Amino acid sequence: MASTLYEKIFKRHVVREDNDTFLIYIDRHLIHEVTSPQAFEGLRSANRSIWRANSILAVPDHNVPTTDRKLGILDPVSKIQVDTLDSNCDQYRLTQFKMNDQRQGIVHVIGPEQGSTLPGMTIVCGDSHTSTHGAFGSLAMGIGTSEVEHVLATQCLIVRKFKTMQVNVTGNVSDYISAKDIALHIIGKIGTAGGNGYAIEFSGPTINELSMEGRMTLCNMSIEAGSRVGLIGVDSKTIDYLEGRPFSPNGDLWNKAVDDWKNLVSDEGAVFDKVINVDASIIQPQVTWGTSPEMVCGINEVIPNPKQQVKESNKKGYEKALEYMGLEQGTNITDIFLDKIFIGSCTNSRIEDLRVAANIVKEKKVATNIKQALVVPGSGLVKKQAEKEGLDKIFIEAGFEWREPGCSMCLAMNADRLEKEERCASTSNRNFEGRQGKGGRTHLVSPQMAAAAAIHGRFVDIREID
Amino acid sequence: MLPINKHDGIVIPLDRSNVDTDAIIPKQFLKSIKRSGFGPNLFDEWRYLDRGEPGKELAVRKVNPEFVLNKPQYKNGTILLARENFGCGSSREHAPWALLDFGIRIILAPSFADIFYGNCFKNGILPIPINKNITDLFFEKAQSEEGLRLNIDLEIQKIIDGNDSYSFDIDMFKKYCLLEGLDEIGLTLKNKADIKNFENNYHSQFPWLTK
Ligand code: SF4
Repeated sequence: MASTLYEKIFKRHVVREDNDTFLIYIDRHLIHEVTSPQAFEGLRSANRSIWRANSILAVPDHNVPTTDRKLGILDPVSKIQVDTLDSNCDQYRLTQFKMNDQRQGIVHVIGPEQGSTLPGMTIVCGDSHTSTHGAFGSLAMGIGTSEVEHVLATQCLIVRKFKTMQVNVTGNVSDYISAKDIALHIIGKIGTAGGNGYAIEFSGPTINELSMEGRMTLCNMSIEAGSRVGLIGVDSKTIDYLEGRPFSPNGDLWNKAVDDWKNLVSDEGAVFDKVINVDASIIQPQVTWGTSPEMVCGINEVIPNPKQQVKESNKKGYEKALEYMGLEQGTNITDIFLDKIFIGSCTNSRIEDLRVAANIVKEKKVATNIKQALVVPGSGLVKKQAEKEGLDKIFIEAGFEWREPGCSMCLAMNADRLEKEERCASTSNRNFEGRQGKGGRTHLVSPQMAAAAAIHGRFVDIREID
Repeated sequence: MLPINKHDGIVIPLDRSNVDTDAIIPKQFLKSIKRSGFGPNLFDEWRYLDRGEPGKELAVRKVNPEFVLNKPQYKNGTILLARENFGCGSSREHAPWALLDFGIRIILAPSFADIFYGNCFKNGILPIPINKNITDLFFEKAQSEEGLRLNIDLEIQKIIDGNDSYSFDIDMFKKYCLLEGLDEIGLTLKNKADIKNFENNYHSQFPWLTK
């Protein structure tokens, strides 16, 4: 019988089945400092050991400073958390890229970069954006800390099957429309709860055209549509990307693996519980205007009128959002002025993101109304590559700050944050109230759009600037 | 884990949809390496007018009198009522820890985000999806002067409001764990031999996945 990609991967990992509850085996466990300390503590207090230490790759990313690291971590509470990760990893002899290791970076950037994310794997991490890794035809999902402890102790997870949703994307997009715009457009269409209970597989000609980095951006955002799992079938791009990476198999094993990976696509005729068709050719550069990623529109649109919403809950939600954002219905998106710019996060901090942003700011200057413009590469290796290409200079000359890798202003757990009522064009994934700092106002956009907003001090249509 | 069987409590009406885990417990409190002590900072940005920081004395905080948790009639509430898609956003288990630490044992909403929903069960909180009409009815009652007290009976899967009662669905395994307050890791480790067996076969079939 024809199976979906999700079913194929799921089936390989079933250890036991009881009614509709499954015990599934986990191949890769990624760990960061925020959601793991209580899990290690739980393990110790129950006198349990780690089932398979070499399934684990750990890295500190949320709390690390993005300025000069020679000074260490100044915030004492952040420091305890990072030190705790270090000591847990040392105690159990786990592979960790410590803060000053050049391979350190955001957990969802370094997994694929190292080849530690491979097709067909089950991958978990105590972090909702684990969905990113699904771009490689793996079953990757975010879990809570109790589940982190469960996987540490048993290498397994107790789960039920998700329903499957196919999001089929067709239509050509120009160079100005990125995977981020496609993701935001889809979320706008199905809503932030549209994917609840589903594993979403993205497919269709537009997805095939995306680079691996673009695919990661898209799968990263699937959780913002409510879906814990985003998936894309394996093709030659997947395989080319992984070849020669440090954790990728090599020699004879590589050939064997590639033979297997080629089957990791949904079969022709596989049936999904739900199918959504998206025409990408109509997608404009997207900008969120509210406090949920589904509150999004095209750059040429105006902020919607809450009263004209069909859904009763939307009326209230839209009103609250506009109040928080300090915006009025009917305002042109291009009339929104900004205070800060953030280019970074596990959504958009890879080398291609930095290249397109640099291309826009090249030989230009950040507008005078912008108080701060940050570029935070996703990993030390991304940073190194960007410096090799001279991108750091382009950004610095334009007036951006060029930082050390980490989560930074995506969630403002370190010193990088918005102050009250500051407005930010951000390439991250969440525009919730207070996400980038209490009272801060976040607009989610693509790296190109953020770069252009830095230069113009407000949102502009990147298709119209020179 | 604290078991739940029957629970009787005051309903706190939080009239919002898409309440995300960043709102339930803001990130600056995630720096703790413990599981407890998050209660005072539950919904911190809505509950207080000043910016909360870990370690800041509660006595110096400016309380927002408008926020539902600060209204005297809901102070001892243990049942939280909210709108659609409760618990969306980050996977942080600090969100259920904060709710539990405050004293919430039951959450009623038309829908929940998946990760949050699962995390609740691991911490002795019972999230119950209820339909839109019942949601509206409960909001009306809970926001009225008399307020609303509900009785939740997990064993028979019913929400009891005086003479009225409403059934709810729940996964059998989750119900069993919650009723018994069971440790899932202990349960899984009973299958140690199966896991070992599986692992050996699996790794001989996919030898590139052993490192
Ligand atoms: S970059 Fe942002 S979304 Fe990604 S893992 Fe870090 S905090 Fe989470």
